[in-house]
Amino acid sequence: MAKHHVEATVNGDAVEFLCETEETLLDVLRDTLHLTGSKEGCASGDCGACSVTLDGRLVCSCLVLGCEVGGRRIETIEGLAEGEALHPLQKKFLEHAALQCGICTPGFLVASRALLERNSNPTDTEIRYWLAGNLCRCTGYDKIVSAVKDAAATLRKG
Amino acid sequence: MAETQSNGHGYVGTRTIRPDGVDKVTGRARFGADFNLPGQLIGRVLRSPHPHARIVAIDTSKAEALPGVKAVITRDDFADQPSEFIPAGEMMMNYKDVVRNVMAREKALYEGHAVAAVAATSAAIAKRALKLIDVTYEVLPHVIDVVEAMRPDAPVLHDDLFTAGVEPKPDKPSNIAKRVEIVLGDIEAGFAKADVVVEREFKTAPVHQGYIEPHAALATVSEDGSAELWCCTQGHFIVRAHCARLLGLDIARIRVTASEIGGGFGGKTVVYLEPLALALSRKAKRPVKMVMSREEVFKASGPTSGATVRVKMGATRDGKFVAGFAELKYQAGAFQGSPVQPGVMCAYAPYDMENVKVIGYDVVSNRPKVAAYRAPGAPISEFAVESVVDEIAKKLGLDPIELRMMNAAREGTKAAYGPKFGPIGLEETLNSIKKTEHWNTPLRKWQGRGVASGFWFNIGGETCVSLTVNEDGTVSLMAGTPDIGGLRASLAMIAADELSVEYDKVRPIIGDTGSLGFNFLTGGSRSAFSGSMAVVEAAKQIKADCCARACKLWDLKPEQVAWERDRVRPIGDVADKAKPMSIADFAKVAGKTGGPIVGYGRLNAQGAGPSLGTHLVDLEVDPETGRVTILRYTVAQDAGRAIHPAYVEGQFQGGAVQGIGWALNEEYVYGADGKLQNAGFLDYRMPVASDVPMIDAILVEVANPKHPYGVRGVGETPIVPPLGAIANAMENATGIRFTELPMSPPKVLKALKEQGVTAK
Amino acid sequence: MARVVLVGNLAQLTGGVAEFQLAATSVKQLFQQLTELHPAIGRHLEEGVAVAIDGQIYQDALLEPIAPNSEVFLLPQIAGG
Repeated sequence: MAKHHVEATVNGDAVEFLCETEETLLDVLRDTLHLTGSKEGCASGDCGACSVTLDGRLVCSCLVLGCEVGGRRIETIEGLAEGEALHPLQKKFLEHAALQCGICTPGFLVASRALLERNSNPTDTEIRYWLAGNLCRCTGYDKIVSAVKDAAATLRKG
Repeated sequence: MAETQSNGHGYVGTRTIRPDGVDKVTGRARFGADFNLPGQLIGRVLRSPHPHARIVAIDTSKAEALPGVKAVITRDDFADQPSEFIPAGEMMMNYKDVVRNVMAREKALYEGHAVAAVAATSAAIAKRALKLIDVTYEVLPHVIDVVEAMRPDAPVLHDDLFTAGVEPKPDKPSNIAKRVEIVLGDIEAGFAKADVVVEREFKTAPVHQGYIEPHAALATVSEDGSAELWCCTQGHFIVRAHCARLLGLDIARIRVTASEIGGGFGGKTVVYLEPLALALSRKAKRPVKMVMSREEVFKASGPTSGATVRVKMGATRDGKFVAGFAELKYQAGAFQGSPVQPGVMCAYAPYDMENVKVIGYDVVSNRPKVAAYRAPGAPISEFAVESVVDEIAKKLGLDPIELRMMNAAREGTKAAYGPKFGPIGLEETLNSIKKTEHWNTPLRKWQGRGVASGFWFNIGGETCVSLTVNEDGTVSLMAGTPDIGGLRASLAMIAADELSVEYDKVRPIIGDTGSLGFNFLTGGSRSAFSGSMAVVEAAKQIKADCCARACKLWDLKPEQVAWERDRVRPIGDVADKAKPMSIADFAKVAGKTGGPIVGYGRLNAQGAGPSLGTHLVDLEVDPETGRVTILRYTVAQDAGRAIHPAYVEGQFQGGAVQGIGWALNEEYVYGADGKLQNAGFLDYRMPVASDVPMIDAILVEVANPKHPYGVRGVGETPIVPPLGAIANAMENATGIRFTELPMSPPKVLKALKEQGVTAK
Repeated sequence: MARVVLVGNLAQLTGGVAEFQLAATSVKQLFQQLTELHPAIGRHLEEGVAVAIDGQIYQDALLEPIAPNSEVFLLPQIAGG
């Protein structure tokens, strides 16, 4: 069967690619566009390591087909830092030691940004429920919650 | 040269930014599945659908004929290995079993056991090829449960497995691989002195390490038999050793690079895909990449044992433990080698007791072979003992912390497993828990509070690092143990302090197997402990070398020159004869004074100090659903000396939450057909952010006298106390002693109903 | 003479004898002497036991010295996760 030709925007850049019907957005990002920052932990939408935003909405890229994203705007972990400057979330994750192995970190950062875009001053509980779709096995979540809160405070100060 | 002395910037004990941090928050860090090579093929594994079956025949001809398929491998591609036990990874290893676990030979021994593998030009073709492999199975009766597997009429997995450790030697094979025991004093005499005796039987479910990164390997083997391998592992030198053995290659011909590792917890100390990828690449003469699916991780990589444990403890009226007995039956999975031995040794380790007897059985059944999981074996036996300790406290009307304090092991206590302890920090952790606001806060109805302590030995082992002073005075640090959670930061801090250079001027990397001498793996809480000792050793060499160079530059005798505080100085009468030189000063003249300045720290680190901890938990039980919510959690643990306090706290917090999962939710669920029913994160429910509270971490620092900075390993112990602490809190909340893990909602609800518990 | 105690199953290889007085000055000598007394234990010592000398645990440390009045325990190897 012929491959699908897809044009989309990834981290502000126009991209075009060919993909099989069964290929997920995660497959396309990792294998075709070589953006390996999004990770595959489960391929079933349970771990959140592949989190990206699609037209601003937080999704598991393993649950989106590559051929579905035509004309849409995708933001991945690779687009989080602005030029040489890390995003406040990235800085705070480092300052708070909110990562150990780091495999879940891209997904947590993308999901946290999506949270802070909607809620600039989330409570601990709001952070924990928003991030409940992202599994971390190393940290016990404590330092992640602290980092997100601290980043929110920094962003509020502008 | 005079006595050298270090007094650097004092980075140790501070919260530096990890050197590998930026790569990990930008997506740049390369994990196992992120490596690719030109011309690579995709490898896939055909796995047994049966829990126990004889493999009568494997016909791969149709798969091989499929266009795009470049290699198919089966048992025929691996030479058989003799039965001999060698120490490797976290347990003794028998290559006869290893070769059978990576690729089934006579029999498939669990659902998911690898039977064949293919390499093809695309994943889709590889998948199609698997369907074309024709395996003829003779399905055999299976056994899953450990107690059932021990019965005389149970289906026997291995015809040549005769129980070791019993006299006389059995004349019939069985699933009981081994009986082990430790005996201290005389438990009969001890129980005779007891005023109160508590005996209970416990059951724990097998749980998976649950690392988020599935196993991945990329291999390329050239025509002359040289091989390169990239994989996510806790020990690339161990991977090299196993692969050399399984593929019949010289060790020097295999170069293994450890990718960044996305969690391991003990589960990435053994090989699964690596030898298959190498064998496929050798056959196809092209690079082969293999990545496990999550389902494969659950079905075919190591969980830790489920177990049945019987504990009987006696105490006097005033609370002195006088006797402890335990019998542990641990699942090993399809091949022998459960962590029952450390389970036996740890069971009563936190306590000062004269009479202890612990018996352990290592039992095979039709499950995936267990792998190490954080303090392997200890959480299970210590859960049972800590539960009984709590019951004794209740019977005697004693405060559970006081009772533990009264019996706590301390410096000079003879451990139940033999030797006397050096300085250890159990009492300090109990004291600091007792002083918390948490311990002294009132609870409401349906809420409960529990406390439990835990012990783990910690280890050292073979370690090699290099420190290179670069031309500009910066320092390159190379370690050979994968950085699983802040190792680079810890080692860079030690190097910076030892050499008096700025932390940011030290760049640590993890070298491949061709770049350093042998390193044992990251595990047993050894990498920061042993690595920092090796860095100190390497820095010592550099300082001595600089002193020697200074002697020549300044025309002074060795005793007139010393490393003091932060640089090499002329000392004594000649103190003003020359301008002291820092590491950066020597860097500038390295070429003119003898060439590169390099230190190699290489040692077999000894002197690992045990780490003990105490956990305190508050929880609430919902009587309508049986759901348990963790309300508050405090960990106190002896770190010896925390090199990087934030990453030490992280170990405490992460271990506690893994323990919460083990206690409340996680389990392998098998159907009557012997197949795993919950091989995915949706049904194998690990704690998510909304399940847990903040985890307060109290760093207790009782210096380990055998380490130059007083460091103890910290990574294993945090998973030991949670199971007991939570069970004790459940008893406190409901009055019911839960003896079976996980304490999942259906079980809790059933118990509440059976006991007619409606109020505290 | 050092007091040497075999912990756990090791004593099954010495006909049940779990305690020895040996004039060994290093782990290597200790292993040699034990093996001479009880050849069956030799292979197990080589395969790897941990040695606790006066409370301090050593693994794979053949050259570690043993003092005349040391208390030495031979234990199963210890690892971790």
